[in-house]
Amino acid sequence: MAVHELNAEGLNCPLPILKAKKALKAVPQGEILHIRSTDPGSVADFAAFCNQTGNELVSSSTEGDIYKFEIKRA
Amino acid sequence: MLDTDSQGGGDNAKSMSLIVTKGTLDWAYPPFILATTAAAMDIKVTMFFTFYGLPLLNKNLDLKISSLGNPAMKMPMMGMHMAMPNIVSAIPGVDRMATTMMKNLIKKKGVASIPDLRDAAVDLDVKMIGCQMTMDLFEYGTEDMIDGIEIGGAATYMEIAAKSDINLYI
Repeated sequence: MAVHELNAEGLNCPLPILKAKKALKAVPQGEILHIRSTDPGSVADFAAFCNQTGNELVSSSTEGDIYKFEIKRA
Repeated sequence: MLDTDSQGGGDNAKSMSLIVTKGTLDWAYPPFILATTAAAMDIKVTMFFTFYGLPLLNKNLDLKISSLGNPAMKMPMMGMHMAMPNIVSAIPGVDRMATTMMKNLIKKKGVASIPDLRDAAVDLDVKMIGCQMTMDLFEYGTEDMIDGIEIGGAATYMEIAAKSDINLYI
């Protein structure tokens, strides 16, 4: 299984979401996209994005100044 | 199962319409941010560009801001936030300077440019409608506008708005 990653560091709203949407297209169903972001707003936004689109937010965590998300493609 | 390859997600998808009435660099942000984000969230989006919002469909975007009459526009400068008095805003060249400052700030903070957001809207299949009356009024032709837009009037917008879950006027 290939690892799907998106580096959205340094990008501000709404770019992390737009990049994630684009990146998810290349992720097969059931596989996970790993995202790194520095936008504090992306924590609430990725949760809302997943609620609305049906993709599953498997994890949301913080590591220093980096916010990390794992989204399972629906 | 949601269709994430294109916006819509079938017949049950939510929809949103936006009336875009302002075409300055700062006011171009809310409609394009909301339209692209909504489309990324599988919401069908229609943008109706009218009056000063219409030039946002021009092939060549040359957006500016004006601090004139905008006391809420406070730019971070020298460790504080400074608004510009109207009498200073009225001096020739000040708007150009304020526009340059704003563009530098946008780049520095990782905020998308308006041309990038508009490209994203096109990629996400956001439907964009130019107001026919405004095109006549300000003498624009379809050749001035980006490809893929539609032209329509108030009734065209109302038909879409009547079926939309969210309707915003910006």
